[in-house]
Amino acid sequence: MNRMRALRYRLAGIELFAILLALLFIAPFYFVLVNSIKTLGEILVDAASLPQVYKFTNYSRVWEMIRFPTALRNSVVITVVSVAGIVVISSMTAYRLVRKPSPFNNLLFLAFISSMIIPFQSVMLQLVRVTSLLELRGDLLGIVVCYLGFGLALSVFLFHGFIKGVPLEIEEAAVMDGCSPYGVFWRIVFPLLRPIAVTVVILNTLWIWNDYLLPVLIIGSNKDLTTIPLAVTRFFGQYTKQWDLALAGLAMSVTPIILLFLLLQKYIVEGITAGSVKG
Amino acid sequence: MTKRSGKSGEWLQQLVFVGPGLIAFSIIVLVPFLLGFYYSFTEWNGLDLNKAQWTGMDNLNRIFMRDDKFWAAFGFTLRFTAVTVLVSNLLAFLLALMLTRALKTRNLLRTVFFVPNVIGGILLGYIWQFIFTKGFKTIGEMTGWSFFEQPWLGTPGTGFWGLVIVFVWQSAGYMMVIYIAALTGVPKDMLEAATIDGAGYWQSIRKVTLPLIMPAITVCLFLTISNAFKMFDLNLSLTKGGPGTSTQSLAYNIYAEALVNNRYGLGTAKAMLFFIAVSIIAVTQVWLTKRKEVEA
Repeated sequence: MNRMRALRYRLAGIELFAILLALLFIAPFYFVLVNSIKTLGEILVDAASLPQVYKFTNYSRVWEMIRFPTALRNSVVITVVSVAGIVVISSMTAYRLVRKPSPFNNLLFLAFISSMIIPFQSVMLQLVRVTSLLELRGDLLGIVVCYLGFGLALSVFLFHGFIKGVPLEIEEAAVMDGCSPYGVFWRIVFPLLRPIAVTVVILNTLWIWNDYLLPVLIIGSNKDLTTIPLAVTRFFGQYTKQWDLALAGLAMSVTPIILLFLLLQKYIVEGITAGSVKG
Repeated sequence: MTKRSGKSGEWLQQLVFVGPGLIAFSIIVLVPFLLGFYYSFTEWNGLDLNKAQWTGMDNLNRIFMRDDKFWAAFGFTLRFTAVTVLVSNLLAFLLALMLTRALKTRNLLRTVFFVPNVIGGILLGYIWQFIFTKGFKTIGEMTGWSFFEQPWLGTPGTGFWGLVIVFVWQSAGYMMVIYIAALTGVPKDMLEAATIDGAGYWQSIRKVTLPLIMPAITVCLFLTISNAFKMFDLNLSLTKGGPGTSTQSLAYNIYAEALVNNRYGLGTAKAMLFFIAVSIIAVTQVWLTKRKEVEA
């Protein structure tokens, strides 16, 4: 009996400690939210207290200043199109690499895997040159092509590992029934890839949504194609120390991805676990 | 179906399935990367992208003989990587140990610890700029603790720790998720057997749990080392490498050399050295930890 009680106390102690740590973890969000509806004067006097005057106009002003709707739309379009493209192209490539392990295909797979170690900085300057030559810069299609290129390696690797476990018999049966090789892939194999496709979607979405340097290099100063990280950075470059507006801008900028995370939390956690085990 | 049409069908399939991936990968990653070896030996400015002048070993000489800032950034990056890898993995493992217990608020807590991870380094850096300059000041005034009242982003030393704090805050949740999955896979009977044999809590963690979750440790170390060593976004938005260039990471030094100073050739040479350093570190780490993996 005593041991049981001791164990319960210990568990309660651990829980208390974990909750305190969690409060420490979300404290920065409290500071952002609470100060985003204050006047600048009030922020500078006391950054921790609740606002005395609620100033929601911070939000409406910065909404216009950073052209939030445009930035949001661009971020969504770029992320969705790139991720969809990555899923389609990398699953097809991986399928062929698994089913036809010719010397060329094996070498290609090796190239994909090895390329994962290359830091972005070791490619970016030459990429600017190549994309200028191909007239892909300053263009929505251009940046999507870039994300396809950078997203492939990990995605092909993940699909490759998964497809190895898909039994060949199912495909043979479909071929007997007169299904074309393309039909076999799209109607039989692709639907089976759903679990790993979820991982691929999540890992690529988080990365592309938050990416900063590639859009800077490819989109540059074209204001119509600005993404959220670019819009926020530009704001900070122009209005230093305008914390009332800056914090409202930050709060609205982190909202979409946090909402997405809360909605899809289960899949995201599973996706990351699956991705890391394979990796 | 004749043999011949079968063969051309094979070619078409190869083209349809692998073609798009091969093209995108080649023009975006492979060709630029290989070009890097050439541009490293040229003088090449950002204004005249088409003109690169072959200058042989000039860039490398310059980096190895006279570029103190590059080596300062290298040292900074090594120190930063060592500290953050240690701290964020320890914290993540501790969180995972707590959150695999039967706590009532377990799921909520897991969510809270993971949230910082979905936000990108750029936005996190700006958020923490506010915390360090205004938030900490207020906390300092309230508590009277001088710890909070330091000029956090104003000195090289505190700037370093500022970056460490935010990086750990961001990455611990991700590693926690991986450690939780690994801990759940440790067989209960092995831990019970260790307890019956008289092992204490920490002893059974060291002797039973750690060896069994070695694959997860390999992955987490790999991810944290490569993320920390390549840190850029956070560096740009939190300290801008400052004060001065005292908190400049390698990635930031390369960026500044090329896109601020417009020395693309020199920047490329640095970037290729950066690639070599990343490869050596990553391969060594995976080789070292892989040797310690055991079967359950």
